[in-house]
Amino acid sequence: MGATLHETEVRGQVRSQSGDWERGKQNTPSKTMLNYFIRRLIYMVPILLGVMLITFVLFNIVASPREMALQNLGPKASAQAIENWLHNRGYSDEHGKPYPLFLNTERGHNPFDSLYFRSMKRFATFDLGTSFATGEPVVEMIKRGAIPSLCITLPAFVVGLFLSIATALLLVFVRDSLIDRWGAVLCVATMSIPITVYVIFGQWMAANLFNYFPAFGFTMEGFSTARFIALPVAIMIFSGLGVDVRMYRAVFLEEVRADYIRTAQAKGASHARVLLVHMLKNGMISLITLVVAALPFLIMGTLVIESFFGIPGLGNLMTTAIQTKDFGVIQADVYFGSLLYLFGLLLTDICYAAVDPRIRLQ
Amino acid sequence: MPIWISNCLILAGCAALLVLLRAFLFTERSRRALNRLRRDRIGIVCFVTIVALLLCGVADCLQVVPRVTLLDYAFRNVPREEGYSAPLAPTTFNERDPKPLNGRHLLGTDLLGKDVFLQTLKGCKTALIIGGLTSLLYIPVGALLGILGGYYRGRVDDFIQYLYSTLASIPGILLLVAVMMTLGKGLDRMAIALSLTAWIGLCRLVRGETFRQAAKPYVEAARALGQSHGKIILHHILPNVMHLVVINAILGFSGLVLTETILSYLGVGAPVGTASWGIMIDSARMELSREPAVWWPITAASGALFALVLSLNLLGDSLRRAFDPKAA
Repeated sequence: MGATLHETEVRGQVRSQSGDWERGKQNTPSKTMLNYFIRRLIYMVPILLGVMLITFVLFNIVASPREMALQNLGPKASAQAIENWLHNRGYSDEHGKPYPLFLNTERGHNPFDSLYFRSMKRFATFDLGTSFATGEPVVEMIKRGAIPSLCITLPAFVVGLFLSIATALLLVFVRDSLIDRWGAVLCVATMSIPITVYVIFGQWMAANLFNYFPAFGFTMEGFSTARFIALPVAIMIFSGLGVDVRMYRAVFLEEVRADYIRTAQAKGASHARVLLVHMLKNGMISLITLVVAALPFLIMGTLVIESFFGIPGLGNLMTTAIQTKDFGVIQADVYFGSLLYLFGLLLTDICYAAVDPRIRLQ
Repeated sequence: MPIWISNCLILAGCAALLVLLRAFLFTERSRRALNRLRRDRIGIVCFVTIVALLLCGVADCLQVVPRVTLLDYAFRNVPREEGYSAPLAPTTFNERDPKPLNGRHLLGTDLLGKDVFLQTLKGCKTALIIGGLTSLLYIPVGALLGILGGYYRGRVDDFIQYLYSTLASIPGILLLVAVMMTLGKGLDRMAIALSLTAWIGLCRLVRGETFRQAAKPYVEAARALGQSHGKIILHHILPNVMHLVVINAILGFSGLVLTETILSYLGVGAPVGTASWGIMIDSARMELSREPAVWWPITAASGALFALVLSLNLLGDSLRRAFDPKAA
């Protein structure tokens, strides 16, 4: 829901800025599409700069390098160990002298040889840095974790999507009835249970009631993978169902009130046909924006579920980094997540413009 | 700080909140909405549940003698045990030679022998602090920026939009974790971290509604009669977007309580030793794997949490219906 609200606002702004001068031109569809794409891309540059700044402030000022070194090495670390740590993580130069935060005012130095410009350079070249704990490049860790994460999130996403759309359609079909009312309350109820309770309860059930599904672990060997992911996927689907059904139901209910529905009904189309053909098609425009924005995030995995079921994905990477106070990985993860978000935003815009040509022509 | 000062401060805070609410509820539109809400049975039940749980939280903030709160005082007759004991059991739990307990416990006792029922009630305080403190921080910021952006448009709006678009592009839970990692543990820090992301949703909502309100003829009329921008915002726009703020605050409260459990699970939430539902649920990982399982702490904690969050969600929905009967 958040992504769509944001979308309409952003789009409105672009429209007001560039609407007038473009209207007179007769552009081919592909050219307008490219034009639109480039405009959206340029819009993201300042946002990306802002994200870089926030990440920098968090991991260089809110937590100073020395503090992070102490948390990593323990409070009794020797001064030499701390110096080495700082130097190895790029916080100080070869003489053991810490870099200044923003501008290097020392004589004989490049004024831009500071922590801020160094990390900006790293971010701008999409260099995610290395883990503070193991020294391994974070990109490698992400590559390794992406497949197990996708094994969980992709099936859960696809099945959950169909299940929630079907349920939402059903609720809209019987709208204003007792089923609809209590269905909505049930959705709120499933939303009101924290994910940790789902996970703990699900694992306990798996361990005690049916012994077929393993409660912990992961392999990548054909069918046994399915056994390992069955439970996490089921929990992920079920815990997200309430939110999605409610959201899609609201989208569909909005469509049901539109004039074209009344027209279709007046012309004698059956209830089911109106709902499944006329409304679903139009409702899809809103759904696409919701769905596409979520796509890039599938790679990030899930924080709680993965660590709980021992799946070596990106969510698990993050929880391990939290436990070992690996600020390098956390910093990279925050930046990587923002990149994915912006990528999702771009995808949404393109899809939206593709299914609804009014957007790009404005 | 002497306890009477802290007690007075807490009571004054509650009183100020009530006065604010009353001022808001005094408008014509709110009164009509409240009349509608009075017929909504689910809404009333939810409201009573929320008030009861929050009163427990307030009772755990007021101190009778230093470090003994009103809630502790009410439960002073409940003795402490040596370890786990099942609900209403006469002996300690699952040991070779079970020892008799010092008293009966409605919901059993936890690892340290504390009464689970009391701990659950004490969890209300943590929920109240996290929800209340965060709301106190983010609601003024979100509402103010939203109104300013929606009313003045142009450059001001562009800047505010940029501000929240940037913060929104960092995935919420990752930002929360990063901020908590850099700030360190603690309830006050958690409130700061949570409010950093929480104001975005409110700001968007208020901004959109202000757009709509500012285009209406009554604002133009007020302008034509020579009212200043500040007065228009305070006397005309604010009362017309206030219901959104209240609904958003209620729904946001539930989200904050849920997020606390995730943060506690990740180990960056409330400090160890706090009576929080998130920590109680988290420690159930170990407790359920015992044989036989220790099921009562997680049941009590998630039951209380479920009651509060569900009531908040349903009350928020009821309020939305009451204020906008056509849309729902």
